[in-house]
Amino acid sequence: MDFKDSDAEATYRAAARAWLDATIAEHDAGHYPDDMAKAKAWQARKAAGGYACITWPQEWGGGGGTPIESVIFGQEEARHAVDGSYFTIGLGMCVPTVMAYADDATKRRFVGPAVRGDEIWSQLFSEPAGGSDVAAIRTRAVRDGDDWVINGQKVWTSGAHYSDYGIVLVRTNPDVPKHQGLTMFWLDLKAPGIEIRPIHQMSGGSSFNEVWFEDVRISDAQRLGPVDGGWKVALFTLMNERLAIGTSGGVGPEDILAFAAQADGADGPLLKDAAFRQRLADWWVQAEGLRNTRMRTITALSKGQVPGPESSIGKIVAANQLQDIGNTAVEAGDQYGIIADPALTPLKGAFHAATMWAPGLRIAGGTDEILKNIIAERVLDLPGEIRVDKDQAFRDLPVGA
Amino acid sequence: MNFDYSDDQKFLKDEARKFLAAQCGSDRVRAVLDDAATAYDAGLWKAVAAQGWLGAAIPEAFGGLGLGHIELCAIAEELGRACAPIPFASTVYFVAEALMLYGSETQKIRWLRRIAAGDVIGAFATSEGAGPITARSVRSTVSGGTLTGEKIPVTDGDVADLIVVLARDGLYLVEKGAGVTAEVLETLDPTRSAARLTFTDAPCEKLGTENGIAAMQAVFDRAAVLLAFEQLGGADRCLEMAKGYALDRYAFGRQIGGYQAIKHKLADMYVKNELARSNAYYGAWALNVGAAELPLAAATARVAASDAYWFASKENIQTHGGMGFTWESDCHLYYRRSRQLALVAGSPAAWRERLVGQLEMRNAA
Ligand SMILES: Cc1cc2nc3c(=O)[nH]c(=O)nc-3n(C[C@H](O)[C@H](O)[C@H](O)COP(=O)(O)OP(=O)(O)OC[C@H]3O[C@@H](n4cnc5c(N)ncnc54)[C@H](O)[C@@H]3O)c2cc1C
Repeated sequence: MDFKDSDAEATYRAAARAWLDATIAEHDAGHYPDDMAKAKAWQARKAAGGYACITWPQEWGGGGGTPIESVIFGQEEARHAVDGSYFTIGLGMCVPTVMAYADDATKRRFVGPAVRGDEIWSQLFSEPAGGSDVAAIRTRAVRDGDDWVINGQKVWTSGAHYSDYGIVLVRTNPDVPKHQGLTMFWLDLKAPGIEIRPIHQMSGGSSFNEVWFEDVRISDAQRLGPVDGGWKVALFTLMNERLAIGTSGGVGPEDILAFAAQADGADGPLLKDAAFRQRLADWWVQAEGLRNTRMRTITALSKGQVPGPESSIGKIVAANQLQDIGNTAVEAGDQYGIIADPALTPLKGAFHAATMWAPGLRIAGGTDEILKNIIAERVLDLPGEIRVDKDQAFRDLPVGA
Repeated sequence: MNFDYSDDQKFLKDEARKFLAAQCGSDRVRAVLDDAATAYDAGLWKAVAAQGWLGAAIPEAFGGLGLGHIELCAIAEELGRACAPIPFASTVYFVAEALMLYGSETQKIRWLRRIAAGDVIGAFATSEGAGPITARSVRSTVSGGTLTGEKIPVTDGDVADLIVVLARDGLYLVEKGAGVTAEVLETLDPTRSAARLTFTDAPCEKLGTENGIAAMQAVFDRAAVLLAFEQLGGADRCLEMAKGYALDRYAFGRQIGGYQAIKHKLADMYVKNELARSNAYYGAWALNVGAAELPLAAATARVAASDAYWFASKENIQTHGGMGFTWESDCHLYYRRSRQLALVAGSPAAWRERLVGQLEMRNAA
């Protein structure tokens, strides 16, 4: 166990830090979640510097580095508060799937531009009838010569409204059990017949969408993996998803510690309240536990092991903690806590925003319940859920809401 | 960066597990539990001493193996998993660590070799009653080279040869003998003994020059990391037991491990255990290299491990149903031990408070 940088790591860190200091000085630092042009420019600079997709091969535009170097760069970049959330789904989930399943020409066409931030990708899996049960999706693709024609509806598609491309899971055979009739494709989200309608979410913003398909024609060359063999491809994407979205962003123990030093409690600052201190300690322990668990995962990766389902821990713990921290700060305001105006609330409304975002985080990318099932079944080897739909043709399955 | 045991450390840990599986089955733990007159398993103590484990982190110059603290952590994890009924923690994590931290050359030469050899059992006497230890709660005093006061409870106080005592103005070494009486106490975990120790003008020797509470806390920080590994080992064993039972037991026509209420319970145990493991590793590193982060890392490791072990030990019983509530089931061995370990270096509440205090200090700096 050695938590300090090795010599090579220290050298890499120093170089990354120097590069960041120099490049950010020119770039105009700061968070810009609503400024895509700035986010893209920053991504392009990172790619030029060899700091985008650090673990990917250089021939694909990556950095040709190690998982630990990627962590080191992430730590250094975090000190500068620049934002890359536009690219998480594409670079974390979609493009790795393209790299694993597309032909060489397709990879050459798409991987580089995605790494440079020129093109943004979405993941079109969920549907009104298939969320946790992803394999229950109904959007269908019918073969027509060298093409496929897609009809149906996706939902909760993050970023579709600003994305260029997507990977889409569709049903190609309804006459076999549900997992056996799915196929994965990549597609151009600007193609004729695709309509993207932003959904107004409970937190106020619109980060996800409904996506409608009406006779959308795509070439068979856009297929990722075998016909009716899409479930395996989807599992590959979902495995990467758990690694990509393990951390929550948003407020953490450090933020509420700083807040509590200023905020009033019953007698004196909130930070002196014994009950509050006990909870703060538990948040700290969780956050440190996650940070160190991630380091253990990276250690395993750097020894050539693949990320396992155990990385499901991250989202369960982080999402619930975010909800708890946000709400604790809101409640600490007593009556004042109902005010969510960023101009009037602590940390420019960050605690209120966390309270309103956390419910989504507990659902997106697998609900708490599904992630616990995954841990129970794939890590602890407990029996699977009862599957009444296992041997039935998809078209004969009962449907509900 | 490397957040895992090395291959050598893994080998040591595997060997320790095999050794304890052979030497410390639950029948041995129960023998101590069932016999009120037996404080610990003397045979196991000798066997563990022969393995060199007592001196794993003690420098070779003082008769130890001089391996380091990460190796000691690996051993601690296995002792916790086996619920070993021996005064290992008192002797090694508290007394040997106190000597290594504060002992004069003479004190170290005099005691560490005998500790490593298994010839001396130690105890760390701090508490004087209910509630956390504070400058005001300590009434034991020293004057003219003798100590007077009462300590309750002192884990392994009834069998200890060498006692490190917290008095008002510092830590003191006291040898069992004239002026020291021990009364055995009934405890939640009878596999680990405890006593009320009364000191009446007992000859004593100062250990280090630190103020009492600060010195005690420095020893607690070190012990907390090592205890966290025992707790982790115990918590892992509870999860394994629960999993085994969930696969063997059928209800309503299927394995109970197929029901989500049980699956999610076990997943929750797993999550807590893994967070505790990660925090324990960080603590082990801080202890091993003497990092400035040790007090914060130790508190983090201890809170996580106490929480994980408590949860795993209680939900293990729940998973076993009525069987889990019987004396015959091993579940209660771990439930008891989880309480003993969570309190022996101060309560989880006191450690949460210490953790936040450390954060405040760090932010003020
Ligand atoms: C902010 C946000 C962003 C998202 N972005 C995307 C995206 O970019 N692309 C995309 O494809 N999808 C996206 N999603 C969709 C997300 O993956 C689904 O919402 C999620 O998987 C849950 O599916 P559902 O909404 O259909 O809920 P349901 O599956 O209907 O679940 C309802 C409830 O039932 C529970 N439940 C379901 N099955 C089980 C079971 N077997 N055992 C126990 N409980 C069960 C769930 O845990 C939940 O509590 C996003 C969602 C959110 C909230």
